[in-house]
Amino acid sequence: MTVAVEPQPSDPPFFTRVRARAERAFLYIGGLTDLAVQTVQQMRRAPIERPLVLVQLDQIGVRSMSIVIITSAFIGMVLALQTAYALEDFGGKLFVGTIVSLSLVRELAPVLMSLMVGGRVGAGMAAELGTMKVTEQIDALRALATNPVRKLVVPRVLATTLMFPLLTVVSIALGILGGLLIAVANLHLSANYYLRSVIETVKYNDLASGIGKTFFFGFSTALIACYNGLRTSGGADGVGRSTTQTVVTGAITVLIMDFFLTKLFLFLF
Amino acid sequence: MSETSTVMDRPAYRGDDRRRQAREPFVEFHDLFKAYGAKEVLRGANLQVYRGEVLVILGGSGTGKSVTLRHMLGLEAPDSGRVIVEEEDITDLPEEELYRIRKKFGMLFQSGALFDSMNVFENVAFPLREHTDMSEEEIARNVREKLELVNLPNTEHLMPVDLSGGMRKRVSLARSIVLDPKVILYDEPTTGLDPLTCQTINELIVDLQTKLSVTSVVVTHDIQSAFSVGDRIAFLNQGVFEWVGTMDDARDSDHPKLREFLKASAVVAAQPTKKS
Repeated sequence: MTVAVEPQPSDPPFFTRVRARAERAFLYIGGLTDLAVQTVQQMRRAPIERPLVLVQLDQIGVRSMSIVIITSAFIGMVLALQTAYALEDFGGKLFVGTIVSLSLVRELAPVLMSLMVGGRVGAGMAAELGTMKVTEQIDALRALATNPVRKLVVPRVLATTLMFPLLTVVSIALGILGGLLIAVANLHLSANYYLRSVIETVKYNDLASGIGKTFFFGFSTALIACYNGLRTSGGADGVGRSTTQTVVTGAITVLIMDFFLTKLFLFLF
Repeated sequence: MSETSTVMDRPAYRGDDRRRQAREPFVEFHDLFKAYGAKEVLRGANLQVYRGEVLVILGGSGTGKSVTLRHMLGLEAPDSGRVIVEEEDITDLPEEELYRIRKKFGMLFQSGALFDSMNVFENVAFPLREHTDMSEEEIARNVREKLELVNLPNTEHLMPVDLSGGMRKRVSLARSIVLDPKVILYDEPTTGLDPLTCQTINELIVDLQTKLSVTSVVVTHDIQSAFSVGDRIAFLNQGVFEWVGTMDDARDSDHPKLREFLKASAVVAAQPTKKS
């Protein structure tokens, strides 16, 4: 007795899959670039709608303050502890202020703040715009002769680009204060000595490099979130996918951009 | 057979004056093709929507009825073919140019598409704030007037989440007509509503048609609704408008698919009566 075996559908060849992935990646980058161009054009052409920007400033800045305060203070404290431990044999306790402040200003505060707040803000934006897309609200905007980029993307991108540097300043300050707490309570350094070493260490170029990077992080985070939101399809499932993709892509983009921006700022300053 | 004729012979709500208007096309499709991936939705669709009429686009689910509405507004661009609005070819217009065309239209989306973050008043006032220089008093007066027109007075403060399906559609309709468009597009206006609310929406479509003297295009698969509001039917099947004609002609049409469609809908509609 012979059994008829139905042919199983085989996966497409390796190179076909690679090509398809590469095509999707290029289309994604192309779409993102197109949205960036449209966003900048709309910022220049149309008057900025201040009430919408204010709402976003509150949403992105004020409401992110608690996570920035908590994470930054604890990062500063951990950094002080680890520095003292690692450099104990070399009398490293005395360099705690220098190392904590320089690490925070140049790298840790901008990047960690961007990852934390970017995750929170990006997920929210992608979910909100994604839901608007699948419930035809974006189409309704277009049908009502209103540009969704001007109404939805510009306020979010603008507010995020402005808020990230401000939140970074808060993050740096809180991190240094966290370090101060450990320096005084645990390492028995004087507050005066710690703060003087911070002030003597951190130069304007360190601040410019650290804070300057976050303008780019803010812009890219909001842009990716808005783009993923606006291209959402497939109902609640699609909104979930867009949100996840926003968090992952946003974090990876921040880390990759950080490398190149660090190189650039080292070259400039 | 008797059930079929009961539904298809329903008299229209209003007189025939509008049907006699000059046949000047407002929107025209010329040989429209549109595909989404491998799925061809429109395959050479031709259609003319005449000024002042109520055209019902009829067809089964997933046949591309809503896609035709989106082409009229320029929300979608065809793969090939031309879309003409008031003798202007809008097919290749850039998005910014299309906004000028879209102001001629009001669209009632299937889900209502109200802005969740705004209350009823802000939703209806949105187009006025975007496109006019009206004072807040004038905006308030206009919004109240349009909400009364859709039989929803004193609902300004409610949020979309507090509204029933029928109310959402009516608020959406008020928002669509607040700029006094020349054409109103209705995407499945009665889908998902109970029969009484359907009746209300149908009456509202006819009422607005009379009061605002607009052109209307109603996309539906609801035969009751189609015969209640329409002047002409365009039957969309397999990506083309296979049959276009008046409601009277539709009743006597020998087009097999349309005949089947009308008959099936009539039988389904009559089933509850049989059981009782």
